Formats: sequence, C-alpha cells, structure tokens
Amino acid sequence: MSIVQNFDLFAHKLVDKRESFCSGHRACQGCGEVLALRHICKALGDDIVVANATGCMEIISSNYPHTAWEVPWIHVAFENAAAVGSGVEAALKVLRRKGRIPDRDVKTVAVAGDGGTVDIGLQALSGAMERGHNMTFFCLDNEAYMNTGIQRSSATPFGAATTTSPAGKVSMGQKTGKKNVPEIMVAHNVPYVATACPSYPLDLMNKVEKAKRVQGPSYIHVFSMCPTGWRSASSETIKLGRLALETGVFPLYEVENGKYRLTVEMPEKLRPVSDYLKLQGRFRHLTPADIEKVQEKVNQELKKLLHKVETSKSWLE
Amino acid sequence: MAKRVGMEVAIAAAEAVALCRIDVAAVYPITPNTHIAEHLAEIVADGKLDAEYITVESEHSSISACCGASGAGARAYTATSSQGLMLMHEILPIVSAMRLPVVMGLANRAVSGPLNIWNDHSDIMPQRDSGWISFFAENGQEAVDMSIQSFRIAEDPEVMLPIVLNIDGFQLTHMIEALELPSQKEVDRYLPPFRPLATLHPDKPVSMGAYAFPDIFTEVMKVKDSVLIDSKKTILKAWDEWGKQFGRWYKPVETYKADGAEVLIMTMGSMGETASIAVDELRAKGVPAGLVKLRLWRPFPFEEFREAIKGAKVLIVCDRAVSFGGPGGPVAAEVKSALYNDAGRPAVLNFLIGLGGRDVTVENFKDILEKGVQAINKKPAGGYIFYGVRE
Repeated sequence: MSIVQNFDLFAHKLVDKRESFCSGHRACQGCGEVLALRHICKALGDDIVVANATGCMEIISSNYPHTAWEVPWIHVAFENAAAVGSGVEAALKVLRRKGRIPDRDVKTVAVAGDGGTVDIGLQALSGAMERGHNMTFFCLDNEAYMNTGIQRSSATPFGAATTTSPAGKVSMGQKTGKKNVPEIMVAHNVPYVATACPSYPLDLMNKVEKAKRVQGPSYIHVFSMCPTGWRSASSETIKLGRLALETGVFPLYEVENGKYRLTVEMPEKLRPVSDYLKLQGRFRHLTPADIEKVQEKVNQELKKLLHKVETSKSWLE
Repeated sequence: MAKRVGMEVAIAAAEAVALCRIDVAAVYPITPNTHIAEHLAEIVADGKLDAEYITVESEHSSISACCGASGAGARAYTATSSQGLMLMHEILPIVSAMRLPVVMGLANRAVSGPLNIWNDHSDIMPQRDSGWISFFAENGQEAVDMSIQSFRIAEDPEVMLPIVLNIDGFQLTHMIEALELPSQKEVDRYLPPFRPLATLHPDKPVSMGAYAFPDIFTEVMKVKDSVLIDSKKTILKAWDEWGKQFGRWYKPVETYKADGAEVLIMTMGSMGETASIAVDELRAKGVPAGLVKLRLWRPFPFEEFREAIKGAKVLIVCDRAVSFGGPGGPVAAEVKSALYNDAGRPAVLNFLIGLGGRDVTVENFKDILEKGVQAINKKPAGGYIFYGVRE
C-alpha cells in the first residue's frame, strides 16, 4: 500500500509530458509494444542513444525520411542491437575520456523484440552483457515474430497458435514453453534484471529509471501485448496485460544483484489462466484438457519464480 | 622520423593502425588475423593507445560494434579472415549504405569447406558487391602504408565509405619484412582527426539506418554506386600526398616491365613479387613478358587498367578464388567484361592458382607465362584452368 491515498491515480500526472518517441508512427491500433516503448522513453529522458534491432518498433518508426525518434537512434540489423549498442557505449566512453564529447553520462539503450532477443539476438546479447557494457537492453516481447506475420519464437507460450506453430488435427500449437531469458541474464551476473508490462506503467517506469542508474549492464523484459498477433481486440490490450499478472502468466519482478522480488503484488487467489486465454484467438483451439496443461505449466513456472523470490539473496550481502 | 625495422607484417599493420589513433577496435580472433588482434590488444593494454578494445563474441558483432562506434563518432577498426568475413557478410552492405568509414584489415584466407586456414582470396570475392572500397597490399610496407591511407580516404567527407585492406594471410601477415614505420608526428600530419558529419549524441539527435520503401531504394543504390566510383578521385589524391610526404607512390594498377610486353600476367596481393621474378627471368631470355598488379579492386579502376594492358596480345589473369560453374575466376570475369567492347583487346587466359595456400613458385609463373606466349599465335579456348591440379 502506498502511503499516499490513490497515489497511482495522481502519479501519472507527475510523469514527464514530453515525448521522445513521438506520434505519427505506424504501429497497429492497440499495440502494447509501442506503448511500452513510449513509457520507456519517457522514463529514460533525453540523455540516451538507442540501438534498435530490426522489427516492429524499427519498422513503424523509421520509414525514410520520417522518424519518430527525438533521441539519437541507430538501426543496423536484426540480431545485433546489443553489439551495435556495445560499439556505441565504447565510443561514448572513449570520446568522453578524450574530451571530444561533453563530460556527462549518456546511457546506451538497446531495444529488440523477442526474436531479436531470445532467438537470433541471444548471442550478441550474451556477449554484450558478459562484457559488462554500461547499457540497458529492452526485450519488447510480443511472443512471436509479429513483423513478419506471426511466426513462433522461443518466447511464444505453450499452446499458442502461430503461422509456423499452427493448431492442427495433430498439433495444439506451440509445443514448448517460454525461454526464460531474464534468468539467463541473472546468470550473466547482470546487476539489474526485471520484467515489466505497459499495463503497469508506473512499475515499468520505475524499473527503467533503476536500470538507467546502474553503471553497467541491465536488462528489462517487457511483456508487450499484440492484438494483431494474439488475435485479440485492440481495446483489450491493457486488460490482457493485467490478466497476465492476475493469472500468474507473466509475473512482474525485479532481480537486484541476484535477489528476486515481486514488484506488483499478485492476487492471493490467482485467476484461472482460461480468463486470460479466452480473450485471444491464438488460444481458441485449446480444449479444456489443453487449458489444463497450460495451467499446469503456468503453475510450475510461478512456483519456480516464487521459490527464487523466497530463497535468493543479494550477492552483495 | 620514420624508422626502418624488421617486423612481422601483422604486427606492423597493428602498429600502423595504432598510429592512426583509433578510438575503438572490435576484433574477434581468427587465424591468420590473430597477430593483428593480439598486438592491438597489447598496445591498448600497455596504455600506448587510448582506445576501447571490444572483445566481441563473434565477427558479426565486431562489425556491428564498429557500426555503433563509428555512428557515435569514433574512429573504428576491425580485422578478420575467411569465415569471419563470411559471418560479417550480412552487415557489410549496411556499413557502406550508412556511410560509416570503418576500416578493416583482412588477412585473406580460404573459405571452408573443407576447412583450410591458408591463403587465397575466396573470402573477399563474395563481398565484392558490398559497396566497400577494397585494396590489396603486396608486401609489408604496403600493408603499413595502406592501413594509414585507409582511414584518411574512408573518412574524407567526399567519401565516407568503409575500406577493406586485403593482406594475404600467412604469406604476408606472418612474414618478417624490412619496412619503414612512420613516426606518430608524420602520421598525424597525414591523417587529420575524424570529423563525422553527424554523430549519435543527444545534443544533436539524428536517426541512422532508417528503412527505405521502393520509391527511394533505387536512389539510395545509385548514390552508393556514385560515391564509390567517385571515391577514386580522393584515393588518387590521398596516394599522391602520401607519395609527396613519404616518397612511396601508389597507383590503382601497378605495372612491371609492361612496356612492349606481348604477354601480361595480372596478379593481386603478395603473388606480385614472385611473378616479377619470373618476368625478369623470361625478359632476360628475350620473352616479351610483363606484369600487371591490381591494387584497387573496388572501385574497379577501368581507365588505369586499360592503360596498363594497352598493346598486350595475351592477358593472363591469376585468380585465387573459384566461381563454381561460372565464367571464370571472379577477377577474370570482371576483366573480360571490362574489355568486351574494346577493339584490339587481348586474349584472356584464366588460371586459378594458389588456392587454400598452395604454393605458387617462380617456376610456376614462368610456366604460366610460357603458356601465354603460346597463346599469342594460337587463340586460347575460353574458360579457366585449375593450375597444377592433380587429377
């Protein structure tokens, strides 16, 4: 509970009204990813350089000669946002040391979708995080390759139908669960790792500010609702993000120096996953028995997380 | 003052790069580029060069990191070989399209498979159409000089293109040669600081790497092509000023005893020196043989090439890469197409030699040149020959 009554209600008014990711971009109606990106940019402020992977956010924001970016921004390719960011960070560091740019902190930020993070971009991400660049990496996870037409990635949840994991007579869609990249980042000794969701904008922005303050690598995995790919109503984007938390599908937590902590309280009694699944066409084919399997997977993942929340300790202690 | 030293060429190349006061190096180790990578790391570790050395996890990331660094206004360098360059392949045309003046030292090595770590040109040839300026060094001195020239040319506001400097793996990189290493003062005089037109900094935000719809893509390709073609002017100017300052002169196409030669042999890279000995020996016997060495591969120096081969009856092109099932080695195919419309063009003989480190001796070159002499009167069949292949 916040000490100020209805703090969350008023806090939005305190958020910076300036937009460094501005309107006029080409994102779909109800896009949760671009909403997250907008909040992220607000929280990051002006002193950043963004390295963006190929993907939805790049395509909707940079149709030459237009740009939605009012902060310095570079796009090179799909799998290399972390590597491009590494170069930017190294350059900012050495040029500052040599007095060729002003002597102040400028944060390097890398942005990629789930494909550009958990699949094709994982090696570059691992390298950059291991080397310890002063860089925050955002994975904007809409759970499939949406930009190319909804193909499965290793972030696609169990049971979801995509164009390359279609539901068929002998298939219930995606056969595997979500690759746990936040955990992989913790294993790299990244001092600040978090999950976030634009349905909880203050939680998201607080985490972004924390990540920015880290002098070193940080990673935020952002659940990014996608009406186009999830076959959901564009008016229900925010609701889906909230349901993802309330059903335990996508818990919001942070890991500071190895210590796991839930940042948004989950209801004591979680809602059944079916409440979340039934709003999305990508799960339409699931039978009650299939939904039961999904529920089991969600329970299992949540149990693993809660165990870490209870037992993990900061490695600084 | 420049000092005359005996030094391994890869080490000397790294010294030359350090003399250019690079800001960022991103290098992944691969044989035979390793000595460049290691020596640069040593120079940085000893504090002799104030630079960030990014120990990337792949070549794909080394060239990507160079993009980010160059975009942010840093002088960026990478080096690689063979598979490393193949892994970079995806990013190469993006670097040139973004007009990022990254410089790459390429210790040329055969491309797998089968795996082979030795020298040929099968790594650079598939990158031909990447929009990079491409130089070939013949010896250690050229590797040093051209490393320094590369930054000046790449960063010229009229150019702003990446450059790859080909240095034959092992046969050049691992040789200890006598060479002149310029002093820091001399390099500073020749190479001005990097002054990019735009950089990634919040004080003046820019977007780099926007995507292009069909209505603008063709225009971007035309610009890329024009800039690369026009870069020759800057290259010639930079070489001219190098000559004036250092007394070593560079040309896009070098000739050796080509005057009056009826048979010319054309090489790229380190083979030129061996071939020149063969030319000497044949000339001594009265055979009208000569040598043409292509230093500038991209932009292709059409005028200088035509001038160099003028009057020859037979042109032997030595290719160190195979274009499987194609019209010939990649260099011969280009040369033939360059000559197609010229009246009185020479017959072109194409030999694929020195593949995967196969030694090419003076005797081999003499043999090849003699085959060229036979072709003066008897028009050769087209196609190409795997020289010295055991069948």
